[in-house]
Amino acid sequence: MNAIVFTAIWGVLMMFTGAFVQSKTMPKYMALIGILIAFVVNGIELYTGAPIFNIDAHNMLRTGNFNLTFIAIAIAATGLLFLLNGRDFEKMGNHVAEYFALIFFILCGVALVATFNTLLLLFLGIEIITIPLFILAGAEKRNLKSNEASLKYFLMGAFSTGIMLMGIAFIYGGNPAGSFSLSNLNIGADGLNLYLTIGMVLLLVSMAFKVSAAPFHFWTPDVYDGSPTVITSFMATVVKIAGFFAFLRLFENAFGAVHHEWQILIVIMIAATLFIGNVTAVFQQSVKRMLAYSSIAQAGFMLMALFALSNVAREGLILYSAGYSIATIGIFSILIRMSDYTIDGFNGMVKRQPLLAICAAIFLLSLTGIPLTVGFLSKFWMLAAIVETGKHFWLVIFAVVFAAVSAYYYFRVIQAMFFKPENAEPLIIRVSPAFKLLLVVSALLIVVLGVMPNLLLDWLYI
Amino acid sequence: MLGTYFTFPELLIWLPLVAGIAAFFMKNARVVKTWSLIAVLGVLAVSLIGLCYADGNAYPTYNQVSYYWLKYLGNSFHLNLNKTGHLLSLLTALGFLFIFLYSWKEEREKPHAFYGLMLLAQAGIMGVFSAVDALVFYFFWELALIPVYFLCSFWGGEKRIQTTFKFFIYTFVGSLLMLTGILYIYYHTQGRVFSDGTQAAHSFALNAFQYANLTPAEQGCLFWLFLAAFGVKMPIFPLHTWQPGTYDQSPTPVTMVLSGLMVKMGLFGLIRWLLPVLPEASAKYADIVIGLSVFGIIYASLIALVQDNLKKLVAYSSIAHIGLMAAALFARNDLSINGAILQMFNHGINIIGLWIIIGIIERKTGTKKISALGGLATKAPTLTIFMVVIALANIALPLTNAFVGEFMMFSGLFIYSKWFAAVAGIGIILAAAYTLNMIRNVFYGNVKPAVEGVTDIVFHEKLVLAIIVIVVLVMGVYPQPIIDFINNTPARP
Repeated sequence: MNAIVFTAIWGVLMMFTGAFVQSKTMPKYMALIGILIAFVVNGIELYTGAPIFNIDAHNMLRTGNFNLTFIAIAIAATGLLFLLNGRDFEKMGNHVAEYFALIFFILCGVALVATFNTLLLLFLGIEIITIPLFILAGAEKRNLKSNEASLKYFLMGAFSTGIMLMGIAFIYGGNPAGSFSLSNLNIGADGLNLYLTIGMVLLLVSMAFKVSAAPFHFWTPDVYDGSPTVITSFMATVVKIAGFFAFLRLFENAFGAVHHEWQILIVIMIAATLFIGNVTAVFQQSVKRMLAYSSIAQAGFMLMALFALSNVAREGLILYSAGYSIATIGIFSILIRMSDYTIDGFNGMVKRQPLLAICAAIFLLSLTGIPLTVGFLSKFWMLAAIVETGKHFWLVIFAVVFAAVSAYYYFRVIQAMFFKPENAEPLIIRVSPAFKLLLVVSALLIVVLGVMPNLLLDWLYI
Repeated sequence: MLGTYFTFPELLIWLPLVAGIAAFFMKNARVVKTWSLIAVLGVLAVSLIGLCYADGNAYPTYNQVSYYWLKYLGNSFHLNLNKTGHLLSLLTALGFLFIFLYSWKEEREKPHAFYGLMLLAQAGIMGVFSAVDALVFYFFWELALIPVYFLCSFWGGEKRIQTTFKFFIYTFVGSLLMLTGILYIYYHTQGRVFSDGTQAAHSFALNAFQYANLTPAEQGCLFWLFLAAFGVKMPIFPLHTWQPGTYDQSPTPVTMVLSGLMVKMGLFGLIRWLLPVLPEASAKYADIVIGLSVFGIIYASLIALVQDNLKKLVAYSSIAHIGLMAAALFARNDLSINGAILQMFNHGINIIGLWIIIGIIERKTGTKKISALGGLATKAPTLTIFMVVIALANIALPLTNAFVGEFMMFSGLFIYSKWFAAVAGIGIILAAAYTLNMIRNVFYGNVKPAVEGVTDIVFHEKLVLAIIVIVVLVMGVYPQPIIDFINNTPARP
C-alpha cells in the first residue's frame, strides 16, 4: 500500500520537476531520492506489517510478506538501474524528468499487480505498466528501430490486453457470485464451467504474452532489441518479474483449486519456452539480441513457480527475481558502454578493463547458474519445486539440458572477453570510478546471495 | 584449539581459498610464486598432521564440522573427512606442491591470476573430498571446475578455446544430471531436526541419502544420472572424448591438476556416493560399467600404441588406468576397492611425474611429437633416469608403487569375474608396449635435430622429480602402512 501511494505521488512530482527545472542532471538525483524513500516506506510496511498510508481499499488489495518483499526487490532493482545508468537516461532524449516520472508510474503498476485482490486492479496494474512503456520504448525518436519497437509493443500489448479483458468478462459472467474479487470467486475443485474455462484460458494466454512465454514470445526479441538499452534492461527485469508475480498471484488465488486442470498447459509452456529461448539464443551474433532470447529462456525457469505453487516455488521466485534482475541490469549496463554490440565487440576486454570483464563474467555465470552465484540457487530452488510435486520429473532433466545449452551462449561472451585476442580497433570504454564501484558491489551481492540466500528469504517469514 | 575452532576439512579448504584470493592482488611474479609455494606447503603440513588424526572414531571433532546453511531446504554445510578423503587430500596437497615447484621458473602472462585460480581449484578439490552433504558436494564439484576452465582457456595451446569448452560442456551436463538425481533422492529422504529445533522435511545428508526410500526402478534411473557426472570426470568409455584434446591443449600444470587430481574426484564420488547410496543398482549394472571400463582399457591402450603426440599418449594411457580403477571399484569387494584407493593415490603421483617430464621435454625441444624426438638420453641423462623409473611405475613393474595397487585390483577383479580380469590383463601388456616404445623413440636412438641444443635439468626440476621417485620406490617396496591405513576404512562409509 505504501509503495503504491508513494510512487504515484512521486511520479507526479517528477513531472512537475520536468516542467519547472531546466537542469538535466537534477531529475536523476530526485529520482534516486524517490527510490530511496519508496524503498524505506515499503520496508517499514514489510517490517511492521502496518502501512503508513492506510486507505480503505474495500478488500481490493491484499498485502503480505511475499508481495512486499517482491516490491522491495523491484524498487531496489530500479534503484540499481538508476545508479548504474542514470546518465544514459539523460542521453536518451530531452525529456529526462518525464522518463523518470514514467518509471515511477510503472513502479506503481508493479506494486499494484503484486498486491491486487480483484481482477479490475490486475487490469489496471497491467495497463499502468504497459502504457508508459510504449512511450519509453520509442524514446529515441529519431531511431527507426526504437519506433518499430514501440509500435510493435503497442500492437502486441493492445492485443493481449484485449484478450485479458475478454477473459475477465468471461470469468465475471461465469462465476456464480458475479464478482471480480479473487476472494469471492470460490472456484472449487470441480467448479469449472464452460465460461470459467474459456475465461481462464484467455487469461493464461494474455499473461503468457506479458511474461513472453512461448508460444506468445514473438514480440520480445524485436522490442528488446529496438528499445533504448536502458529501457530494455528495465523491461527485461522489473517489468518481466512483475508479470510473473501477477501471473502467480492470479492463478494461485483464483484458480488454485483447479490446479490440476491447467498444470499441463504450464508444462507445455515451460518446455516450449526453454526450447525456443535457448536454441534461438545460440544463433545470435548481437549480445543485446542474445540477451533478449535468454530472457525468454529464463522465463521458462520462472514459470516453474506456477507449475509447483508451493512455498519452495515462492521462495524460488523471490530468489530468481533478485538474482536475475541484478545480473541482467549489470550486464546491460556494461553493454550500453560498448560501441559494438556484437559478441566480437567484447574481444579482449579483460586486457583493457579487467574489472569490468570480471564483473560481467560473474553476471553471466549467475545467469548460467554456476554455484556460488545466486543464479544457481534460484534455478536449484525452481527445480526442487518441480521435484517436490512428484510429477513430470522429465521436465527437470529437460530444464538442465537446456541450462547447459544456455552455458553455450553465455560462455561465448566470456570467451570473447577473456580468451580472444583484441580487435584491430582497441576497445575503448569510459567508465567512472563510481560506476566501477557499483558494478563490483552488484557482483558481490550476487555472490553473497549465492552463499547466504537466507538474507533474502528470511523476509518472507518475519 | 583444533576441533573447537578449526577442523581439518575446514583448514584444507580455507587455506588455499584465502591464499588464492590474496594471490589475485599480488602484482609481482616472484612474490606470487613464493606466496603460493608457502600456501601449498602449509596445506601439505595440515594434511600430514591430519593423517595422524585421521581416525574418525577416535577424533570425531577433528574431522567433522557442520554449520547451518540453507535452512529452508534442510541442508547444512557438513564436512567429514574420512580416511580415503585424508589420503586424497594428501595427494592433492602433494600434487600442488609438485606443480608449483615444477613451474617455479616458468614465465607466464598474469601470474597472479594463474596462481590464484590454481589455489582456488585446490580449495574446490579439497571440498569435494570432504563434503558429506549432497548439495555441498555439488557446490564444490562445480567450483573445482570453474577455475580450471579459466586456466585451460587462458593459458592453453592454440585450439584451447574450443577444446576446453567441449570439456566444460561435457562436465557441466554430467554434473547437472547428477543434480537432478540429488534432488530426486532428496525428496525421498527422511526429515531431520536441526540443533536449534527447527525441522526440515527432508535432508541432503549422505547418511539420509543412504536410507532414502527408493524403489529398485528409481535406483536404476538415478544410477545413470549419477554415473553421468562421475563417468565424465573420470572419464570412462564412451564419455572420454573430451579428455585427450583437453590434456593436450591445457598448459602442463593444469593438465597435471586435471589428470592427477580432478580425475580422482570422479572415482571418489563412486566410492563415497554412488556405491553406498545406490547399492542395489550398482550391483545390477556393475557388469555393464565394468564391461565399458575394460573395453575402454583396451581401446585407449591401442590408440596410445599409435600416438605420435606425447601428451596424447599419456592422456590415453591415463584413460586405461582409470578404466581399471573404475572396474575394480565396481567389482565391489574389499580387495579391489582398497586396491583402487591405493592406486588412486599412486596414479596421481606417477602421472604428475610423467607430465612434469613431458613438460620439460616440450619446453626444451619445442615439440611434443615423438617422431621429431630421439637420443635425449645423451643430452639429458638425469632426466632419462627419472623418466625410466616413472615410466616403469606407470606400467606397474614390481617394486614400484603402482604394482601393489594394480595387483590388488586385478585380484579383486578376478574374484568378481575371471573373464573381465583376463581381458583387462591385456591392457598391462599393451601399456608396457606403448610406454617402452615411447622411451626408446624419445630417449634413445639417433639424436634428432630438435634435441641438438638440449641441456640437462636444473635443481628445482631435479628436486621435484627426486621426491616423486622416492615416493614411487618407497610406496613400492613398503606399501603396508598405507594399506593398513585404508584397510580400516569400511568400504561403505
